[in-house]
Amino acid sequence: MQAFLSSIGYNSWVLPALLIIPVVGAALLLLMGQTTRQSPDDSSHSARMIAFGVLVLEFVVSLGLWWSFDPANAAWQASVDVSWIPQWGIRFTLGVDGIALMMILLTTFIMPLCVLGSWTSIKKKVGTYFALMLLLTSGMLGVFMARDLFLFYLMWEVMLVPMYFIIGIWGGERRLYASVKFFIYTMLPSLLMLVAILYLAIHAGNIAGTGPNFSYDNLLATSALTPTAALWLFGAFFAAFAVKVPMFPFHTWLPDAHVEAPTAGSVILAGIMLKMGTFGFLRFALPLFPGAAMNPTVRTIIVTLSVIGIIYGALVAMVQPDFKKLVAYSSVSHLGFVMLGIFALTLESLQGALMIMINHGISTGALFFLIGMIYERKHSRQIDSYGGIARVVPMFAALLTLVSLSSIGLPGLNGFVGEFLVLLGSFKVYPAFTIIATTGVIFAAAYLLWAIQRMLFNPLDKKENEHIPDLNWRELSLMAPLVAVIIWLGVYPAPVLRRMETASQTLVTHVQERALTERIAASTSPTGVQR
Amino acid sequence: MTLDLSVPSQLMTAFAPDIVLMAGAMILLLWSAWKKESEAHQRSVGVAGIVLCVTVIVMIAFYIARADSSTPGVIAVDNFRWTADIIFLIAAIGTIALSMDYNARHAITAAESHVLLLFATAGMMTLAAARDLMIVFLGIEIMSIAVYVLAGLDRRSGRSAEAALKYFLLGAFATGFLLYGIALVYGATGTTNLTLIGERVAQVGLTSNMMLVVGIALLIIGFGFKVALAPFHMWAPDVYEGAPTPITAYMAAGVKAAAFVGFFRIWIEAFQQIAPSWHGPMWWLAVVTMAVGNLVALSQKNIKRMLAYSSIAHAGYILVTLVVATPASTSAFMFYIFAYTLATFGAFGVIVALEREGGARLAIDDYAGLWSVSPWLASAMAVFMLALLGFPIFGGIGFLAKYLIVLAALDAPVPQTRLAVILVVTSVISAGYYLYVVMVMFMRPRNENALPVSAPTGWTRSVITAAAILILVLGILPNSIVRWTERSVSTPPVSSTPSAPLTNASLVR
Repeated sequence: MQAFLSSIGYNSWVLPALLIIPVVGAALLLLMGQTTRQSPDDSSHSARMIAFGVLVLEFVVSLGLWWSFDPANAAWQASVDVSWIPQWGIRFTLGVDGIALMMILLTTFIMPLCVLGSWTSIKKKVGTYFALMLLLTSGMLGVFMARDLFLFYLMWEVMLVPMYFIIGIWGGERRLYASVKFFIYTMLPSLLMLVAILYLAIHAGNIAGTGPNFSYDNLLATSALTPTAALWLFGAFFAAFAVKVPMFPFHTWLPDAHVEAPTAGSVILAGIMLKMGTFGFLRFALPLFPGAAMNPTVRTIIVTLSVIGIIYGALVAMVQPDFKKLVAYSSVSHLGFVMLGIFALTLESLQGALMIMINHGISTGALFFLIGMIYERKHSRQIDSYGGIARVVPMFAALLTLVSLSSIGLPGLNGFVGEFLVLLGSFKVYPAFTIIATTGVIFAAAYLLWAIQRMLFNPLDKKENEHIPDLNWRELSLMAPLVAVIIWLGVYPAPVLRRMETASQTLVTHVQERALTERIAASTSPTGVQR
Repeated sequence: MTLDLSVPSQLMTAFAPDIVLMAGAMILLLWSAWKKESEAHQRSVGVAGIVLCVTVIVMIAFYIARADSSTPGVIAVDNFRWTADIIFLIAAIGTIALSMDYNARHAITAAESHVLLLFATAGMMTLAAARDLMIVFLGIEIMSIAVYVLAGLDRRSGRSAEAALKYFLLGAFATGFLLYGIALVYGATGTTNLTLIGERVAQVGLTSNMMLVVGIALLIIGFGFKVALAPFHMWAPDVYEGAPTPITAYMAAGVKAAAFVGFFRIWIEAFQQIAPSWHGPMWWLAVVTMAVGNLVALSQKNIKRMLAYSSIAHAGYILVTLVVATPASTSAFMFYIFAYTLATFGAFGVIVALEREGGARLAIDDYAGLWSVSPWLASAMAVFMLALLGFPIFGGIGFLAKYLIVLAALDAPVPQTRLAVILVVTSVISAGYYLYVVMVMFMRPRNENALPVSAPTGWTRSVITAAAILILVLGILPNSIVRWTERSVSTPPVSSTPSAPLTNASLVR
């Protein structure tokens, strides 16, 4: 496989290709929507087929990275570096490390399924819907690939607009409110992050005696921020990422956006876009400002918020009458684990956090798909409007149970690996917090098991529920890959962990060493100002 | 080559593009009066006006290629002037193009409207060239008087008349401030030449001179009125709402840009040395303008009023470049007014396309569901809104423009970090009203009794398409515009006696 990939020069074109393919697809869909003479039904159908085809192609193309990626190599792989706006010191620089690799594969894996999941539920303006979804794909992949902070910022913001339209046009009843809230909540801290990025780039440029420099590698090598400046800049990055994660108490946009978005929108939001925040911490906030991020006070605050998020998310999920909202709040809880793992910053906890990022994408995505399927049949997401439907829709019930168990973290399914590693790794650093966080796992079991019990297994007491059709072939083939991955990652996660290990190890070492040297430097200069 | 401005023929060379435009406009004035008012005549004069503007742009391109400079004198020959001229001419072309369709629909048959616009543009070009306070004044007056008339172009509309009168009275008032300021500055320095003022201010140290300080304050007020800085912005919403829509676009983009260009040159060349004495007030003006413009825009129901307040906010952003006053901020300034002109003309183009007789369809809610009936028009409007918001990629060049201002503010010798943060925070506020338009167009259903929308035709359509394409393409590949604006810093005049170089009073930074 590797020989074949290198014979076609795979590494030199794969990343730009992954960015361009969806854009071309989107342009095709938009133009087709304008020029077609087909009947609306036919053109909707061809739009679906095109979007699905494009995203399957995207997945196939990206899959080569799995083999071409060298797990032992800590350097950027599949790099591309092209001059873009030379006057401003901006380059088009892409590359992947182990972490980005997994996030990219997660994205390209979930996106075609999202098309399948929207097959019948999206009825109006189908072409535009899928075009936006394709643009969104490019934006998300760009965030994971970017090695230039300007490019990263562009991609970070680009994701907003398609999602804004997807929620606002195809969403539920309160879609207008949810979409605007989503947009503004994300935009404010992002712009503050832009100011921080510029500050950083100018600073690096001044040291090198050039104009602003946005190259990630350069910024990483430049370490001459004063502790105060580093703290402010870290704060700006923190704000942007914490809203995206979302960390308690910045999470209030999430239930609105997730609940109002159409099924595929919720899947993308939960499955991929929330990972942008944690990915941002790993890629930018921690390595660029190790001194600030490892500052004991800052770290304690963030870990405290993470643990509050775990417990709070779980408790609020427990009392939700609406299944979709329940899953939305469960995301707050799961992402709390990720943040705990990141800021505990041991190899195990970080590996665990990365596993949760992947697993949460798969499991929560699957949950949202299942909710979407049952909603299409009954137009209700209220848990108590169901009851005992396991007898009516056995396939659905089996899948929902399996996916819930994976989300709870049952050993043998994917969710277990990540949470176990996070708790194991964090216990060394924050024993008290970890013990509290562990109760979150119990709560997770409580809210999900209780919910599926009420939904699937109680007596079938509502007459109108006796004739819900079970899942059809399209829905089953959508769920099959998700279930396969759930079981694969639960039983044999080693290949995934191995690919992320080098990057995680480099990150942990880099941040800890840098934080240490900065602390020593700060303690030797009594004013606390160093240059 | 270096043009010696004391030689009349070389002075004429330096002033040739302005003269060509003005002479051409006069010929067109005769021609427009020659024939009876009619729709067709109005259109042919309009087309001739566009051709004239394009000719002048080509001329200016030659001047840029020749890279002339000049000796000290009443006018400047530098890229700052040429770049600004091109932006004004683009604005004039956009306005004439929109006006031809608009006038036809609103039964305005006066062909002179296009000619007045050319006169106003000639005034702007004079303003951009001016290196003497008297020429500055001349430029402002040529521009303003033409625009006073243009604001009242729609004779049958009471609102248009109100706008014209209001604009005239307040404009005249502002001119008074300006003139008084010029007089006091002259009194304090004994000259009206910007280069000399800069030198004297630097040498004698007039910072504590009360007459100069008051003069500068009056100049700030005068220009504050012209560019609509808060708290001197009160006239803007009414005038913008009442004036014919293409003229509103011209005022929002062209007139504002021109007044800023004059403002900028005076401040950079004459008062840079005493920056501490005006830095504080200007800083606050910028902050207040950004805040007031954006906050009040949030509550507007009429799209023209909303854009009027948004243009006030943009004046605040532009003022940031003046507060920073470095070469980088000068190119950011040029880049910004270029991007802002494109987005403004696009947005007003859409308004013209939808507007009907008697101010119908000017409420933002009239745009409800536009996407379902006219997807391309709605998408173009979304691009313009996002460009004005300064959103990356989808707002194209609008983001890069705002980015440059923030960069210039942070990269200044004295970093203006707080100002940059205030700028981005107020930008987020502006998302509230720009996105509202997008939301109404895309996410609301069409009103049941909404008038049918006909696709824009002819010139309006070209303006919208060109603006949208330029915004998006230049947003991804801005290199040519970057090079162009980076060279557009004002260059000090070449001294006639090389042995005694000027003080760096007129140097930027």
